[in-house]
Amino acid sequence: MRLSRRRVRAIFRKELREYRRTGSIVVAMLVIPLVFVINPLVAVFGLSASDASSLSHSHALLYLLGIPALVPTIVAAYAVVGERRQGTLEPVLTTPIRSEEFLLGKGLAAFVPSLVVSYVVYAFVLVLIELFANSGVASALVKPPELVAQLLFTPLLAGWSIWIAMAISTRTSDPRTTQQLALLAGLPTVVVTTLIAYGVIPATLGVALASGAVLLVLNRLGWRMVSALFDRERLVSSTK
Amino acid sequence: MPEDLDAGRAGPALSVRALTKHFGERTAFEDISFEIGYGEVFGFLGPNGAGKTTTVRTLGTLVTPTSGSATVAGIPLVPENGVEIRRRIAIMPESPGLYLHLSVTENLECFADLYETPDARSRIERSLHAVNLAERAHDVCGALSKGLRQRVALARALLSDPEVLFLDEPTTGLDPAAARDVHELIDGLRRRGVTIFLTTHRLEEAERLCDRVAILNTRLRTMGRPDELRDRLFTKSLKVRTLEPLAKAGRVFAGLPAVEGWHEEGPGSYVLVVSDPLVATPAVTRALVAAGADVVSISESRHSLEDIYLELVDHDGETETR
Repeated sequence: MRLSRRRVRAIFRKELREYRRTGSIVVAMLVIPLVFVINPLVAVFGLSASDASSLSHSHALLYLLGIPALVPTIVAAYAVVGERRQGTLEPVLTTPIRSEEFLLGKGLAAFVPSLVVSYVVYAFVLVLIELFANSGVASALVKPPELVAQLLFTPLLAGWSIWIAMAISTRTSDPRTTQQLALLAGLPTVVVTTLIAYGVIPATLGVALASGAVLLVLNRLGWRMVSALFDRERLVSSTK
Repeated sequence: MPEDLDAGRAGPALSVRALTKHFGERTAFEDISFEIGYGEVFGFLGPNGAGKTTTVRTLGTLVTPTSGSATVAGIPLVPENGVEIRRRIAIMPESPGLYLHLSVTENLECFADLYETPDARSRIERSLHAVNLAERAHDVCGALSKGLRQRVALARALLSDPEVLFLDEPTTGLDPAAARDVHELIDGLRRRGVTIFLTTHRLEEAERLCDRVAILNTRLRTMGRPDELRDRLFTKSLKVRTLEPLAKAGRVFAGLPAVEGWHEEGPGSYVLVVSDPLVATPAVTRALVAAGADVVSISESRHSLEDIYLELVDHDGETETR
């Protein structure tokens, strides 16, 4: 099966145009990261040099991996159910688009902004720590291996969250319920990243490699699951 | 836009054989068969819930039939041909389904890409011109009236130069002026030879626009040209009005050529059952004049498509309640 880049791009571009003109989506994508960073940052700014030694054994900033786990759910949850609700799904499905092209376009449109938001927020936090935290605290918090982990795990976590949210979106009829379920589905990922950040799960190279492998497999399974759940007939014929 | 759509095409644009769709226990439509030629405007009439929209969705590859077969634009209707069929057709659903935050042009750009139309910009311009919307190209769709949104949806359906255009209740919810605009657009498409499958429950719409109509009520009840259906379903009759009631009407109408029977509707008003109005009318006129009657009018009683529709649908209703 050959996928058409032009059709994937059409959906992707249409989605980005809609985000730009729907203020609530942009606000929602920014609120979650703010909730994530404000409290920890305030706490970090209050730490003194004496706290640096205890921090050097933790991986506190991995906590920010919760952002790519949650931010994409805001838009991905709306991907199918939203189109259904506004009556735009049927006209799209009457075109030659394949289900996979539609889902890829939708997935990419959730993935790219989420990636940008996650990286920008992470960079922003690093800059604030370097500028305003105690220098000892800053050097204890910012570690090159964590930086690499952040760069590599952000897309994997975002991808997984998108597939879960889109899978829910194909089976529900109410956008609000879908978003709540998708956020709920993203919480286990946040719990795991938090447990790693606070040392309950050791942040070793082995754990990182295993987690990476698991996420790669989950992303592949997620893509297959969403493709299988995307049933044109049910989506256009059923009100449920 | 298509100019010589039917040139070089063999076979029907749509061919449906014993097509059936069940959703679990519920029957959407059953055992329907028909053929539509290229360039034909085919009306698909029926009450709400008759299965019109599901038929369109089935022929548009959105819904899989339970049994039966069909070819759409010459391609067999099987799941693996879905993309190829959708490439050759366009469907305008009952609800326009536009992206309301995007402009008219942005909506059309998206669909031009979905159809992978070459030279998308000029196609969009032509489609907008075809529906008289060029002036509103940069308006946000959310700010357009219902009628204008319907026109955008029609422009969107024309983007790919479809071989078969399905219009599902295109004037539902429109005011009379907007509905007339849509009728004129459909009329324009017909003159250009576009094959149109029009579902509607507006009978005057079907009568005005369609070459042939089919009446569906889960099963196909009848099909043909509106005048053919009239002839098939109703006896022909003449309505005679005279200034004063005829003293001996039976004697006046008896034995006239092509007159098979008559009854009085009211004082000075008579209905004559005739086998051929062209033979009966002059004979009746002569007989009335000979009898010294003051003739007010003699007219052929014409049944509208609405009469045919009501006759069939009411009959179904009666059968169901028995």
